[in-house]
Amino acid sequence: MAKLNSLRLSLLWVICIFVSELHAEIIHEERSLYRDITVRQENNVRCMLFNIHRFERNQSCVNIRDQQTLHFTYSKMSLAGLMLVPNPSRMLVVGGGGGSIPMALSDLFPNARIDVVEIDEAVTRVAEDFFYFEETDNMKMHVEDGRLFVKRAGFRGEQYDYILLDAFFGDYMPEHMLTREFLTEVKGLMHENSVLVANTFSRSQFYHHESVTYQEVFGEFYNFKLPGPSNRIIIAMIRPLLGEEALKERAEFLAEEVRKYGVPIMDYPQYLSREIDWDTSRRSLTDQYSPGNLLRDN
Amino acid sequence: MTKPIPPSLVASMAFVSGFCIMVVEMLGARILSPYFGGSLYVWGSIITIFMLSLATGYLYGGKLSAKNPSARSYATFFFLSAIFILPIILLANSIMEPIFVAIEDERYGSLLATIMLFFIPITLMGMISPYSVRLLVVNTEQSGQVAGSLYFVSTLGSALGTLGTSFYFVLWLEIDQILWAVFFALALAGFLILAISGIQSREDG
Repeated sequence: MAKLNSLRLSLLWVICIFVSELHAEIIHEERSLYRDITVRQENNVRCMLFNIHRFERNQSCVNIRDQQTLHFTYSKMSLAGLMLVPNPSRMLVVGGGGGSIPMALSDLFPNARIDVVEIDEAVTRVAEDFFYFEETDNMKMHVEDGRLFVKRAGFRGEQYDYILLDAFFGDYMPEHMLTREFLTEVKGLMHENSVLVANTFSRSQFYHHESVTYQEVFGEFYNFKLPGPSNRIIIAMIRPLLGEEALKERAEFLAEEVRKYGVPIMDYPQYLSREIDWDTSRRSLTDQYSPGNLLRDN
Repeated sequence: MTKPIPPSLVASMAFVSGFCIMVVEMLGARILSPYFGGSLYVWGSIITIFMLSLATGYLYGGKLSAKNPSARSYATFFFLSAIFILPIILLANSIMEPIFVAIEDERYGSLLATIMLFFIPITLMGMISPYSVRLLVVNTEQSGQVAGSLYFVSTLGSALGTLGTSFYFVLWLEIDQILWAVFFALALAGFLILAISGIQSREDG
């Protein structure tokens, strides 16, 4: 009986996929310097895809009936750093994409100044036209390479309370933004109470090299992974990390505010691990040695 | 010709120079990226300047080959190329940082940095090709065939240099270690030319 049920379920699943494929509609296509961008809508979910012919996954999605809820688990996870800086006044988001995370941050902290950096002008245009991204007096979009923005901000002596690195998805990682030197430049934009949140990969050889690199620059950091397949989020600070109890207290304080974005922040503290689960003997990534894409495929 | 050079040696040298040019070109984008990013502009600057450097090298290498081509001048191109690899290893950051500070637009910043770092060594390596042709051409009927075979080996070298660098060398070694290898390969090539042509001329004499 159970077998029959699961058969029915999987049949239903197949039909669902089939039907939803029928409903998927391409509403916009655009070529940029870097990639082909496709906007596809399926029922109420609208997604930005890169290089669709190579079966790329969705880069950014929004539910057009409920624009506030963050679509991806990793996007929700990237708000976890708020447990460590309860009231950020300056924020930097490297990798704009569809803009859903910066929009949520700007909505949460309307008085905070937010810099969003995106290398691809076409992506910023699509974010504005199809993903409800809007610049405000306090939130500015900069079309620039993330590393250059960070380096120039460092020369100007800028400091941020919350830094989110989210430029690492898609089929190719920018290798100059994986290195010890880059992270040191990012650290230069941080003060004692700032937090860095980086959306990264959790699989392949690359995981070890990347972890060793973050460890060299920041020492101990939170390695945030949820059960099941997901990205991992690195959360690093300059001052010592908080324990689980302290995090829970902060989560409780935030839970109500972040609920409208679909962020189950109360579930997070137990998964902010400080355990070293990588091979510490691996080489760190530097400007001299940064074969991130080769390591990821090995 | 003062000293004869065996054709197989000239062919090997053409291979080495083709190989080294592409190793340096593939590393160029990585060298520039901390200051000028990973945008398409950086590759645009690199390919443009490498093409211009090679064009200049072909022109002057051809001109120099017209009078008294010798193993010694041939070897000199390799020694000079090796020497001008050194600033890329030793001075890259101190050359790029002031350019990064002075020029906001990364298109022109990367263009200038590429000229400063690569124009001289790549021009020198470009001079090797026409000079190699001159060393091997004996009569006009064969000239096309000689040029063809030399283009063949040097472009084969370029293809392998590209593949080796992008698939393997950057996975095994640091950028500067690869550049040191290029330095030693070019210097060794220069010494080999002098040594082998020296032996040959003594035998002939």
